[in-house]
Amino acid sequence: MAQETAPPLEEAPPSPDADRRAIRGALGVGIAVGLSGFAFGVTAAGSGISLTQTCLLSLLVFTGSSQFALVGALAAGGNPFTAAAGAFFLGVRNCFYGLRLAPLLRLPARVRPLAAQWVIDETTAVTISQPTRRTARIGFVVTGLTLYVLWNLTTLLGALGASALGDPAAWGLDAAGPASFLALLAPMLRTGTERAVAGLAVLLGLGFLPVLPAGVPVLVAALAAPAVLYAQGRRTGRKEVRR
Amino acid sequence: MNAWIAIALTVAGCYGVKLLGLSVPAGVLERPVVRRLATLLPVALLAALTAQQTFASRQDLVLDARAAGLAAAAVALVLRAPFLVVIAVAVVVTAALRAVTG
Repeated sequence: MAQETAPPLEEAPPSPDADRRAIRGALGVGIAVGLSGFAFGVTAAGSGISLTQTCLLSLLVFTGSSQFALVGALAAGGNPFTAAAGAFFLGVRNCFYGLRLAPLLRLPARVRPLAAQWVIDETTAVTISQPTRRTARIGFVVTGLTLYVLWNLTTLLGALGASALGDPAAWGLDAAGPASFLALLAPMLRTGTERAVAGLAVLLGLGFLPVLPAGVPVLVAALAAPAVLYAQGRRTGRKEVRR
Repeated sequence: MNAWIAIALTVAGCYGVKLLGLSVPAGVLERPVVRRLATLLPVALLAALTAQQTFASRQDLVLDARAAGLAAAAVALVLRAPFLVVIAVAVVVTAALRAVTG
């Protein structure tokens, strides 16, 4: 519960030791996740978009789940607006990461437009785990830079490699997209609420697939989130009334 | 052309929300229900996308080698395998099953 309100960061004197620890942690995350751009490059190439489009997505969108969702929706023949809507909703969480990071990093206004591109799951996880503002900034920059460079490099390599391979399905590469979604999803399934949302979303997403236009069932499935929250709110509301 | 429209919208939308988060004064979007929704939306979307890309062929529901690949990926996740290993397991199992069953 103490975690809910971020403790004020002490302006401790810089320590080379703390700096090194922050850099090491940031590099570990940046390199491990940066390499998975390869999976995106392969998936994107298999979905029929061009090499330029694939690389532009990694350079300019730079948030993995939105990128995978977009190319998946385009491959399924969805219309561009529903495809972009699905990708956008997945990206909305980065807004809340930004809210958490802003007071930790205290960035000058002129750096914000650049720093914003790096506000994603991994940079947030590294930054909020740092003890001081100095190491938070180091963690953010090192994670962001490593991930950005590697993610874009491996996207290019993956896309080039995939087109050299020919039919992606013959190599099982059509399983790369859903497997990466599952890997992104797994750590989020912490409590019963998350699992209920995921279960309901699967039912809605598959149930409406044969009857609604491509891309729309995913948006319907997104309603699982407010639906479960609402059901929970009613339950706790009733409990309070009884008291 | 369709792909370009989708890409442009996604680029603008995803960058816009990132910049918004860093720029708005603290407290404006910090209502608990908004925050809960923001953490649950990706759960719903990722779950639906995983299911669809495993069991859908265009508009039809199918059961093919991908399901085995995803089951193997799930096992890898339970064993705490790193991200790339999880993907590799799914790809290899899917390809192997297709090779065996033709």
